[in-house]
Parts: sequence; structure tokens; C-alpha cells
Amino acid sequence: MKFLHLVLANLGRHKRRTFLTVASVALALFLFASLRTVVTTLDRAAQFGSARRLVVLNATGLVLPIPLSYANRLATAKGVSAVTWANWFGGKYGDNKRFFAQFAVDPTSYLAMYPEIVLPEDQKQAFLRERSSAIVGRRLLDLFGWRLGQDITIQGTLFPGDWTFTIRGVYTPSDPVINDDMMLFHHAYLEERTGRPGLAGWYVLEINDPNNAAAIGKTIDDGFRNSSTPTKTGTEQAFNASFATMWGNVSLLMGTIGMAVVFAILLVTANAMMMSSRERTGEVAVLKTIGFTDRTLFGLVMLEAGIIALTGAVLGLGGAKLLYKASNFNAGGFLPGFDVTANTLILGIAVTLVLMLASGLVPAVRAARLPVVQALRRVE
Amino acid sequence: MALVEIRNVHKVFQRDTERIEIFTGLSLDIAEGSFTALMGPSGSGKSTLLNLLAGLDKPTSGNIRVAGSEVSAMTPGQLAPWRAQHIGFVFQTLNLLPVLTAYQNVELPLLLTRLSKKERDERVRLALGVVGLDDRLRHYPRQLSGGQEQRVAIARAIVADPTLVLLDEPTGQLDAKSSHDVLDLLERLNDEFKKTIVIVTHDSHAAERAKTVLHLEKGTLIEREVVAA
Repeated sequence: MKFLHLVLANLGRHKRRTFLTVASVALALFLFASLRTVVTTLDRAAQFGSARRLVVLNATGLVLPIPLSYANRLATAKGVSAVTWANWFGGKYGDNKRFFAQFAVDPTSYLAMYPEIVLPEDQKQAFLRERSSAIVGRRLLDLFGWRLGQDITIQGTLFPGDWTFTIRGVYTPSDPVINDDMMLFHHAYLEERTGRPGLAGWYVLEINDPNNAAAIGKTIDDGFRNSSTPTKTGTEQAFNASFATMWGNVSLLMGTIGMAVVFAILLVTANAMMMSSRERTGEVAVLKTIGFTDRTLFGLVMLEAGIIALTGAVLGLGGAKLLYKASNFNAGGFLPGFDVTANTLILGIAVTLVLMLASGLVPAVRAARLPVVQALRRVE
Repeated sequence: MALVEIRNVHKVFQRDTERIEIFTGLSLDIAEGSFTALMGPSGSGKSTLLNLLAGLDKPTSGNIRVAGSEVSAMTPGQLAPWRAQHIGFVFQTLNLLPVLTAYQNVELPLLLTRLSKKERDERVRLALGVVGLDDRLRHYPRQLSGGQEQRVAIARAIVADPTLVLLDEPTGQLDAKSSHDVLDLLERLNDEFKKTIVIVTHDSHAAERAKTVLHLEKGTLIEREVVAA
């Protein structure tokens, strides 16, 4: 510790250079944490889903509906304990600068199927009672400054016209992977307004034994194979994962970009450290003359690199963690539960240590091995 | 009694294909408590001799003993702590670290000791007091004159109470007044504090202050002049 003032004095020698070096390390680690959090958030979203829930789609594609009449057959299928259904609405609100998802759901069965959607009992009852009512996520309510009981008008796109809903409830997801900026309203209201009853976008089934998921899915699909609308049944997890993979190999892309950024910054930091070390050749020689050992000088240069890297890490990783937490960032609803995980922070610290070693090692070895007489002759 | 014993020292530098012989069997003694000036033309080996005495360089052959230690046989790992304990070195320029204050510069050799912070503080203040700069503790080198910088460097050289103080042209870059002050100080260190001092200089005024003057030419001791008893 008695050498710390020497290290800090050296760091303060070129304040602007030190600031820029720390800033570049901080930025690199901020980007590293951000890109990795995109990957972890998508992974979590892909893994989300109860093992007890199956999703039934139109076999031709997600955008095509399934007859609502299938509900009774699905409910009585062996191993199925509950059924609900939903439709994608796809409306716009206001100037449509901020997109959010709206779903028409069967309220009673849907809320029973998803206990992760939590709202006060009185609000839930109010929602269930009123056909033109809706519930919204807390984030959405805060974003638009809505309040309970307020009427809001959505412009339909798939289902044209102005659709007015009364907000009767505000939900808070118990699992951060569930979006807290969705709007749910009565499927019956959709049918009533469109005059096209009897169609659902997809079904969600609750099954008794997750071990039988594959067999139940096969039985259901076999049962509808020769009907007008064949089905495709899979676990909710597989359904969510298919959305995540629609982005392509995001993990590889983000990982590659992240590593490229870290590597580029590594070169910048190493260059700054080496420049700084080269400028101090004479001073290193003086310190050796005083009696500083090679090991002490090696340690001092490594400590300098360590302070730069660790300060950058605290700012970059800590900044990412706090910023995303404080701003409740979710990339406009595409990345719900966006939060820098402990694993990402640990990995970031590992990257920091590599950065410190790689940027400090060359100048530290150079300082340790510097022959005093040659160094003095070169400087003089 | 000889504090420094140099016996049959050869020093050869290889520059590309050229072989430069600096010393060819140099032998001399430097007594404890003496004030010795090394004089001679450029290339005569004055600074090389100083570097050899400090263990900054090694002789090609021969022996150098300083305060009973065979410096020429020590490894770099042994030399660094030995230097910290026995040698105070002052260069012509580039002595002080510009990012440290006068106080911090003088404290540097003491950081290598086991002294407490309080003990270090006492020694630094004492050393800066001896060189007459106890009112410049918090000044950075850029805020000091050339003469003051050299006096701080001398304070640093003596702060750990070394056996031998070596100075390589300490007045080479100074004006007459500053040069005079530095030489007064060296005289005082030798007379009052009994420090053994070896100074390399081109300046005859500086050499006049020494008690012994050694004239080197082409690596050979050509004259030994005792200025004062």
C-alpha cells in the first residue's frame, strides 16, 4: 500500500489519456454486459414456460386461426386438465411510436392458466365482469400515464376500426420473463365486434403429467390430422424457443461482436500502457538505481494496469447493471426481464482480469528487465 | 581503511562489430569518509566507473568490493536491495520523478525499508532540512530551480544513510550560484556527516572541493592528487 501514491501519481501524469483509457475499458465492458444480457434474456425467454403447459397451433402456421370448437375436444383429451385460448390483436395506440402487444383472451381460463400474471382480486373481478374492459401491465400504465377506469382507444389493423377499452386492472408479472407491457382483453368482445365468432389464434393446455407431454401432443395432432384445420402441438417452452430462434443465431452474433469489441479495446489499452511505460524509461532507471527490485517494478506497472481495468470494470459493468435496473429497460417489450445477471458480471470480471494481464504484462516485463545503464544512455 | 577496492578491472563494450575497451586492469582504493573527484575527458570511463561502483553495470573481469561486499559477483536480485542500503546516486539530470513532490521523491528509498510512516516522515524532513529545502516539501520538480532539484536529489541520495554517495556531474547543468550551493552542501555532508562521496565532474571548481582528485584517461588512472588532508 505504501507504493499506491506512486501508482496513482503515475496515473495522474496524463489525466486525459488515463481518463480516455478508463472510459474505453468502461465502454467495452458496458457493451460486453449489454450484448451478453441480450443473449441471456433471449435464452431465458426461450426456456420460459411451464412444463405443464402445451401450445396448440394451426399446423399451417401461427398466423392462421383454429376453430374455437376444438376447445371442448381438447379439454376432454386424455391427460389435459385445462384449456384456454388467445388471439393476437395487433392494434396501434396514439401515434404508434411505442408499440405494445394486445391479446384477446378468454379471461377466466387464461388468468387461471397463467398464475404468473398477478393482479389484485377486486381488479380481476372487475375485468371478468365487463366485456369491453382490459387489463394492462404496470409498465404500460406508467408509460402512457393511464389510470384505472380510463377509456383508451386502439386502432385495429388486423381487425379494423377504433376499439375502446376500459382499464379495469393492472398486472405485475411474478416472472420477469413475462412482459409487463401487454394488454389483455375479452376474446368475446373481439368476436362480438368483428361478427366472426368461433376462431382462436392458439390454444394453451394444462396437462396433468409433464412426462406425457409428447404423447398427449401426438394424440391431439393425430386426432385433428384429417380435419379441415390440422394442429401442431408442442410444449410452451418449445413454442417460446421458436420465437427466440426466429432472430437467427443471436448468441453467436452477440458473442462475436462482444469479443471483437473487447479485443479492440484491449489493443487500445495495451497501446496506452506501453506508450506510458516507454515515456518513463528514464524514471524506471532512476527507481532501479535507488534500489527498486525488478519484481517491485513489475508489480507497480501491473497495479497500474489493474487500477485502469478495474475502474473501467466498475464503471462499465456496474453502470450496465444499475442503468438497466433503474430504467427498467426491456427494448420496447422485445426483451422482457432484461437484467445483467450475476453470471454476466462474473464473466465481465474475468474479461477484466484478462484485459489487465494482457495490457499490463508487456510493459511490466519491459520495466522489470530494463537494463539501467542502457536506459540512462538512451534517455540522455 | 578502503571503503571501495577496485582490483584489475577490465570493461569492454561491444558496439556492433567494434570492441571498445574502457578499462584494462584498473585498480584503486577509495577511503571511507573521503571526498573523491573523478576527472578526465569524455570517454575516459568516469561514468562507467561510477556505474560499476553502484552495481548498475558489471565489469568484464576483475573485482569490485564496496563496504566489504563483492559487488561484481552479485546477481541483479541481490544488487537491488544492496543498492537501496549502501548507495545514494545523483545524476546530472532526470533525477526526480516529475509526478511526485520533493517530499515524495526523497521518501522513495525509504519505501524499500521497514521504517514506519512516522519514521519515514522524520527522515525525509531531516534530509530536506540538511539540503536547506524544508520549506519546499510540497513543491513539484517543475516548481523548483535546477539547483533546488539537485539538492532534492542529494537529499534523496542521503535519506537512507547510505555507505557511499555517488554523483555523476551533479553541477553540469547548473549556473555558478546553484553549482556553488550544491558543492557547499557536498562539502558539508563530507565534513559534518562523514559521508564518503565520489563525484564525477568536468568542472575544476567542483574538483577543488574534493579532498582527492583522480584523473582518468582512456580508462587508466594517470594521476592521483590529494587536495587536502
